[in-house]
Amino acid sequence: MPNFPDFRLIAAIGAGKAAGLASRALGRGGGTTLPGVVARRIAPDTLRRLSAGLPDGVAVIGGTNGKTTTTRMIAAILQGDGRRVLHNRAGANLVSGLTATALAGSSLNGQVHADIGLFETDEAALPQALFETRPRLVVLHNLFRDQLDRYGEVDTIASAWRAALEQLPANAMVLLNADDPAVAALGETLPTRVFYYGLEDTRHAGEGATHFADSQFCRRCGTPYVYSARFYAHVGHYACPNCGQRRLAPDFRLERLELDGTSGSRLLLSAGPRTPLPTALEISLPLPGLYNALNALAAAAAGLLLGVAPAHIRTTLEQFSAAFGRIERIDAEGRPLFMALIKNPVGASETVRMLVGAQESGSTSPSSILHMLVAINDKYADGTDVSWLWDADFERLAGHVASAMVSGTRAGDMAVRLKYAGIDPAQIRSEPDLPRALDAALAQLPPGATLYALPTYTAMLELRAELARRGWVKPFWED
Amino acid sequence: MTYRVRLAHLYPDQMNIYGDRGNILSLTQRCAWRGIALELLPVGAGADVDWASVDLAFFGGGQDSGQALIADDFVQRQGPLLRTAIDAGLVLLAICGGYQLLGHYFLTHTGERLPGIGALDVHTVGGGTRLIGNIAIEIDASAQLALPTGTRLVGFENHSGRTYLGAGVRPLGRVLAGHGNNGEDGTEGAVYRNTFGCYMHGSLLPKNPQFADYLIGLALARRYGVAATLAPLDDQLEMAAQRGMLERLVRV
Repeated sequence: MPNFPDFRLIAAIGAGKAAGLASRALGRGGGTTLPGVVARRIAPDTLRRLSAGLPDGVAVIGGTNGKTTTTRMIAAILQGDGRRVLHNRAGANLVSGLTATALAGSSLNGQVHADIGLFETDEAALPQALFETRPRLVVLHNLFRDQLDRYGEVDTIASAWRAALEQLPANAMVLLNADDPAVAALGETLPTRVFYYGLEDTRHAGEGATHFADSQFCRRCGTPYVYSARFYAHVGHYACPNCGQRRLAPDFRLERLELDGTSGSRLLLSAGPRTPLPTALEISLPLPGLYNALNALAAAAAGLLLGVAPAHIRTTLEQFSAAFGRIERIDAEGRPLFMALIKNPVGASETVRMLVGAQESGSTSPSSILHMLVAINDKYADGTDVSWLWDADFERLAGHVASAMVSGTRAGDMAVRLKYAGIDPAQIRSEPDLPRALDAALAQLPPGATLYALPTYTAMLELRAELARRGWVKPFWED
Repeated sequence: MTYRVRLAHLYPDQMNIYGDRGNILSLTQRCAWRGIALELLPVGAGADVDWASVDLAFFGGGQDSGQALIADDFVQRQGPLLRTAIDAGLVLLAICGGYQLLGHYFLTHTGERLPGIGALDVHTVGGGTRLIGNIAIEIDASAQLALPTGTRLVGFENHSGRTYLGAGVRPLGRVLAGHGNNGEDGTEGAVYRNTFGCYMHGSLLPKNPQFADYLIGLALARRYGVAATLAPLDDQLEMAAQRGMLERLVRV
């Protein structure tokens, strides 16, 4: 920061903050983006200047799936370690949203009241976010097909990420998922310090859907990878039989993973000799599913790289609850409602795998069959193309569904999708209006049964707003 | 008697984007619900295919990298025999990248000319902007298909290539909403004998069961003669989804 006052920056901060206050006063929501848009119009370098004022620097987290949950885990880990964290917690993850977050954590004269910035970042916005925030740590979690209408293809994003990472200073740290070939390959030529994390417990291979894998061909020579263990999509232990390019041994290893239905999982992690703090730790994670265990692995690795003690990491993760709507258990006046966001083929398939797996292992109740509410919107933030529904592995639901209420702007598409997945059309009901669909789904829920709600992003916001109206959850910007 | 259908799926590992797998699911289920024995034949790179034994084929779109990996294999290995099969009436649906590779060539915006197999009299020119969005078309009389006049199809397009039709093909339909082949001439897709190319993802066939059945019917008629008929199915959910999109895109 310069010693003399920068009037343009001060004006930008003031105008941005005022816009946020006005937006809230007018009932237009939490103002998670608007202040950033306004400030950047006055001082385009607002985010850069405010980021530079953070004593512990910035960490940026990117990836198609799990970045919100992973970032929240890292935020909790850092806060548990006593650090003041600037975090775009409400999920506004474009550059304007990061700017708004930085503004909210700053005083009018440009002083940032935090030690470290933690930014979950949209895939397309990641290069610009790296350029402006100059992070000390970048975590890249995975890269799957998602909103192809908006982002373009996976390869396009991977090359944009590579170009941005190459501009980072040599003392920056980049933490990559060793099991995702497209992400791991980014580490090959970087000038920075590069660390990898990965799942070593190959008992979890072979169950996930793979027909929509995006990066199953060698990043160097195009030959199909041979997998000794494949967890889902293109994620697993891969090697190229032609040129020898292969998965690297990870520095942060998830050695053992026990999944416990929809209630949680147990992890044994280790940090190897290349890491700043070699260690091993066991964590009982209160979140279900393979993908949440991988989120916890990435978050623990990030925590260790940022110097947090292993015991603090364990304590924090054992008390963690997920981001709003990602995985939420809600008491709907005595009727349990389990909500899990679905937004792309890999995430939806893994959520379905978790629900069916929990049911098969009997952790919910032995005779239970799923009652579902699937809400599909095709608004801009969801992706306007719902073709992805046909890549997701809903086939796994066949034989496990007692009732399926479909809703949202593309309720009709979802009804067809479930029919072709092998669900009896007599069990499928369509109600595009979400509050009415929720009422109808709850009304037909047998006593003791859980309603499993799977909404897309904007459907999740609508559903949550409706639940908040009924007093069943808090509004999200107070979350 | 039990009808049998052999369905070839071209390059399912590389050309599988935008949910085009839904077309395979649609054909598979609609055959299964009628007791038609469908055999699925995945055709990967390097495969030798007896095209004369195939009744129905599907070729979807891919990522640029996926398409680059298979283009040579397709043109050189499958090209000559597949062209013969298409001339002999093979029932084939090709979408987006698959459609482009059936044509004469793809001219990239850097001036590179990537060959297709020339089975369809079309060529494609790369464009700077992508043509993206929901699309609705109407199959009119010029397509010369045995479908009721006014049959409408809905889908989602996402392509940078502009495809132009030659005299040897007929357009599949007229664009009611969206861009179609090239965003200029109001046409979408191309038809030659029993081969259909178009840009409609969505997936196409699940929400357009008339067209799915039309393809299955053509395949059965070709193997078993005109007497082969399709048992009707309850398509209420499919038609409701199709109608919902038509009402949104077109004033009906």
